[in-house]
Amino acid sequence: MTVNEAVKTYCLRLGDDALILGHRLSEWTSRAPFLEEDIALTNVALDFVGRARLFYQYAAELSGGDATEDTFAYTRDVREFSNLLICELPRGDFAFTIVRQFLFDSLALLFMEKLKHSDDSRLAGIAAKAEKEATYHVRRGREWMLRLGDGTNESHSRAQKAVDELWGYTNEMFEVDALAATLIEAGIAVDTEALRAPWFESVSEVLTEATLTVPDTDWAVEGGRRGIHTDDLGFLLAELQFMQRAYPGLRW
Amino acid sequence: MTRSFQTRIDAEQKIEPKDWMPEKYRQTLIRQISQHAHSEVIGEQPEGNWITRAPSLERKAILLAKVQDEAGHGLYLYAAAETLGITREELIDRLHTGASKYASIFNYPSLTWADVGAIGWLVDSAAIVNQVSLQNTSYGPYARAMVRICKEESFHQRQGYNIMMTLMQGNEQQRAMAQDALDRWWWPSLMMFGPHDGESAHSAQSMKWKIKRRSNDDLRQQYVDQAVQQALAIGLKVPDPALAWNEERGHYDFGDIDWEEFERVIKGNGPCNRQRLAHHVEAHAEGVWVREAMACYDKKRRSRRHDAA
Repeated sequence: MTVNEAVKTYCLRLGDDALILGHRLSEWTSRAPFLEEDIALTNVALDFVGRARLFYQYAAELSGGDATEDTFAYTRDVREFSNLLICELPRGDFAFTIVRQFLFDSLALLFMEKLKHSDDSRLAGIAAKAEKEATYHVRRGREWMLRLGDGTNESHSRAQKAVDELWGYTNEMFEVDALAATLIEAGIAVDTEALRAPWFESVSEVLTEATLTVPDTDWAVEGGRRGIHTDDLGFLLAELQFMQRAYPGLRW
Repeated sequence: MTRSFQTRIDAEQKIEPKDWMPEKYRQTLIRQISQHAHSEVIGEQPEGNWITRAPSLERKAILLAKVQDEAGHGLYLYAAAETLGITREELIDRLHTGASKYASIFNYPSLTWADVGAIGWLVDSAAIVNQVSLQNTSYGPYARAMVRICKEESFHQRQGYNIMMTLMQGNEQQRAMAQDALDRWWWPSLMMFGPHDGESAHSAQSMKWKIKRRSNDDLRQQYVDQAVQQALAIGLKVPDPALAWNEERGHYDFGDIDWEEFERVIKGNGPCNRQRLAHHVEAHAEGVWVREAMACYDKKRRSRRHDAA
């Protein structure tokens, strides 16, 4: 695999994470607990779709030919999607959505701070923009974690349940496979293994402040980067790709 | 007092929240502004249901931003209504019990992608025509909300029209999709302006108070003149056999609206009335525990701060 091909694959991973998580967030539009939060969730969804587009656009350039951002979003099937499993899990209740965002965004912030210094200037540029958004996402996530964790008994138990249900999906966020290792070596990719400890520290601090328990568990599911997904992704793609599948090759 | 109030209105002075106002003026405004706010919020649904299915990432991003704007308009308008001494919770309760209405057009389904174009183009055009006239409404907070909202709506209108134009430049299937959407949305968009002037229940007093600045029929005519030109420009056929340019009037003549259909949908028998309301009721009910958690956390935080002080 050439470096270009490896960078393209890397872009698709990051783009897929953003697109699929953005899709789940966008399912909240008109369904949030109150109007201000409806606007906020839609806004964050928009940030993620925007992030996906930037990674896909770069991947399209690296592919050459006729590929566009939409080629990647709309014409690949489940096995070709390489998003982390945590991104595709159904939206669940509001606590599940908030906790998932908090766990994911906490890493995204650390990740983008590093990727900003990538030797690949295009990736660095995308990361600089994403870092700003992630800073806001983490601040928002922390405030919600405190309100839910330290709110009512019900909100506390819903938040704790979400933490427990999601925890085993976080391990995959840090794994470094052969492709990532090559790109880390080349100064292009971020060494996510090295972010495990700082992530754990910052997440634990907020969970503790929110009176939530940091799970002491060793279950860990992986597969997303290899195209091994949960059953939910196929249905998500059926919806996301409906127009391009029903009316292939048209401009909209 | 009533007389000096009317004198201020006649002199085009804006009425502000702390000013004295007749109780009926207040109630009329609450009714109108909250109906407008609810329309923005319920209006998230027919378009929002295409966010997850938008045909390209660019269209998806534009649609997300648009629906977010609509929700934002709902927020300004609820805030404007709250200046009249009613809470958001009461306003939402009135929506849920049916005491307060929302624009009836949102009781129609958005069946294809072209409907997203048609809603943006027609519904937002009609809204702009109405709202531009309301920028001069006599109640200050409402007038100022309209100024902000109009700027964003005209952007949405262009995006909606752009979707229709792109479809009309596409293949036969796409053109048929666009035409079908116009066929279904045309008449409901004309109904958005309400009954004929003579039959409008609230019009006369609202005009006198300058809450309403132009009549329903007058606004509807302006909308028709504008939308017909836009339809023709991209090759769409307006579904009205009576439509004809009237040289003498300098306006399009158009056929009469099916007022039975209008009444039927307002009374709850449109294709989606039940779903639209149920969707909102359900989201609001599912959010109870979240709103309680927020209130409880804020209370705890305040008392901790109090203890620390």
